[in-house]
Amino acid sequence: MAQIPAPFRPTEEQINRDLLGPLFKTGPKYYAALAVLIAVTGMVFVAWFFQLAYGIGMAGKNRPSFWGLYITTFVFWIGISHAGTLISAILRVVQAEWRRPITRCAEAITTFALCTGSLFPIVHLGRAWLFYWMVPYPNSRYLWPNFQSPLMWDFIAINTYLTGSVTYLYLPMIPDMAVARDKATGWRKKMYRILALGWRGTEREWLRLEKAISIMALIIIPVAVSVHTIVSWDFAMTLMPMWRSTIFGPYFVVGAIFSGIAALLIAMVLIRKYFKLERYLLPIHFDNLAKMLLAMSLLWFYFTFTEYLVTWYGNEAPEMPVFWSKISGRFAPLFWLMVVCNFIIPFPILAIRKLRTIPMIFFASTCILVGMWLERFLIIVPTLTHPFLPYNYGTYWPSVTEACIAGGTLGLFVLLYFLFAKFSPMISIWEIEEGYSVAKHSVESHHPSSLGSSVPGDVHPAH
Amino acid sequence: MAQWAMTVDLDRCTGCEACVVACHAENNLPIVGDEQAAMGRSHQWIRVERYWEGEFPNIRARFMPVMCQQCDAAPCEPVCPVNATYHTPEGLNAQVYNRCVGTRFCANNCPYTVRYFTWFTPEWPSPLNEQLNPDVSIRTSGIMEKCTFCVQRIRRAQDTAKDEERGVRDGEIQPACAQACPAKVLVFGDLSDPESRVSQLAHSRRGFRLLEELGTRPRVVYLKEADA
Repeated sequence: MAQIPAPFRPTEEQINRDLLGPLFKTGPKYYAALAVLIAVTGMVFVAWFFQLAYGIGMAGKNRPSFWGLYITTFVFWIGISHAGTLISAILRVVQAEWRRPITRCAEAITTFALCTGSLFPIVHLGRAWLFYWMVPYPNSRYLWPNFQSPLMWDFIAINTYLTGSVTYLYLPMIPDMAVARDKATGWRKKMYRILALGWRGTEREWLRLEKAISIMALIIIPVAVSVHTIVSWDFAMTLMPMWRSTIFGPYFVVGAIFSGIAALLIAMVLIRKYFKLERYLLPIHFDNLAKMLLAMSLLWFYFTFTEYLVTWYGNEAPEMPVFWSKISGRFAPLFWLMVVCNFIIPFPILAIRKLRTIPMIFFASTCILVGMWLERFLIIVPTLTHPFLPYNYGTYWPSVTEACIAGGTLGLFVLLYFLFAKFSPMISIWEIEEGYSVAKHSVESHHPSSLGSSVPGDVHPAH
Repeated sequence: MAQWAMTVDLDRCTGCEACVVACHAENNLPIVGDEQAAMGRSHQWIRVERYWEGEFPNIRARFMPVMCQQCDAAPCEPVCPVNATYHTPEGLNAQVYNRCVGTRFCANNCPYTVRYFTWFTPEWPSPLNEQLNPDVSIRTSGIMEKCTFCVQRIRRAQDTAKDEERGVRDGEIQPACAQACPAKVLVFGDLSDPESRVSQLAHSRRGFRLLEELGTRPRVVYLKEADA
């Protein structure tokens, strides 16, 4: 841990004021950022409009590179969405006390990353307006989607995950909506009243809520694992060189959690700074998450190393051109940049205690996001540009339209997250308050919780 | 029921690309222009792949016409989320243009890279717009297309045979590529008839299938004498 927090024991009043503050006080900086984000998001939709009007050819894809930036960015966002599940659900299940100020930001990332990511399978379609043909709805011609297709599994998995994660985000928000309802005025009061579902805070309500949250936490973990496994099967189920790999499922899940934690750390650093929540998001939270990130970085390296070593050793004719194009060919600069971003930079930063400071963790996380985006690109494009028959080798260069849409969704995601920060406290108020009472209880009964020191402002310094 | 197949005699191919031109005319393939073609967006349901062998001056060109292999175990079929590509009882790998939403997954899973995507609404510069084949539908932007073994010719021959109360005769159906080939490289016919020319050629000792090891069981059989 970088520093021991000064004893800080806020009253409920204080917590409410600190955490609800950003909902009701909005500075000019926020509006300026909002304007930028809306402009960026607008660019996405303008670009998409032109693509719909003129044809999918506006995106730089070709034969043989039928997929490119859109699918890369799709996999990237679905990966980011794993932040919420892992951190929040797993930490809840194992009752890690230090999860308390983290869960809300994490769950929100899941929901909004999924919203952003699930745009891409639609954007990338040749005839995007017919995307609903993937929905198994009854129709006069008895036409059904093809349940054998990994894309169909994707469609179902992502919808399941989105439904599950919205529920999982919303459940712990109910008591906070009630607090907001009591503070708000005007139309916002009405909105919060509806969202609080008549929450009064009786014991029965609490018991039911806790039960519902623990059930959802248990359900959402296998759902999340299955979602990214299925995304990996879009590739692994094919015949293509360096796609038909049995380890793609776990490899993608590890990569997803890796990038998810990185995204969460970035969000936490920014929330902490701009909403002035230094007393709630403590160095230990960053430190613990950074250790998890380190573990994921090592796992990612292990999977990548195994995948490439086995391919190289197998020395199969169709696979080697793809392999060499990444290791020493046209894609080599991107490949080695990926290795640097995902392992060589983050490993020392996260492994050496002195370097594991919040600014350095922020830097490492940013590198990891770049690296993980590159990883997905390097899975998709080198394989497609090196098909079995060498006559068909191709190149791929993204078009302006494509880059605007793919890059601009970063703006869309941040915009959704930004708006959410004005709608709900980014740190769960009741869970923090519960944390204090748990810590207080453990002090009074002389059974100090081993994790008690991570509760914001607990009287016990770390051992 | 007939089981359509084709043989490609590599020992005869001169690489003249008459098949490519004939296919363009017969199947209303879009003309995309230089710029798009350079991007890899040209349509050639049949293409002649050229490979160089050896070092100068002992260099040799090899030509290999490649069209949809109409695989019996076609990898493109199971991956389509909307069933836009499927197998007909006659062993054709059919593409339903109206049903295609353009995920392009089929093309990514085709080991022969013989699927072609319509990136923009097709246009034919005059006078090519006057010679579109009325028997073949024009594809809109955003859908996948590929060699059909000239299914319109198969259907027409079957209808004529039915009117005349007889079966389709061997050699009666010729896809445009086979018809145009001056070297008689391409032979089309019914594989279920052991007497047909295509059956005889397919079972010759020169026969092999492209990327046979993948287990896609193509309906196109290549013929090549082993090099001495």
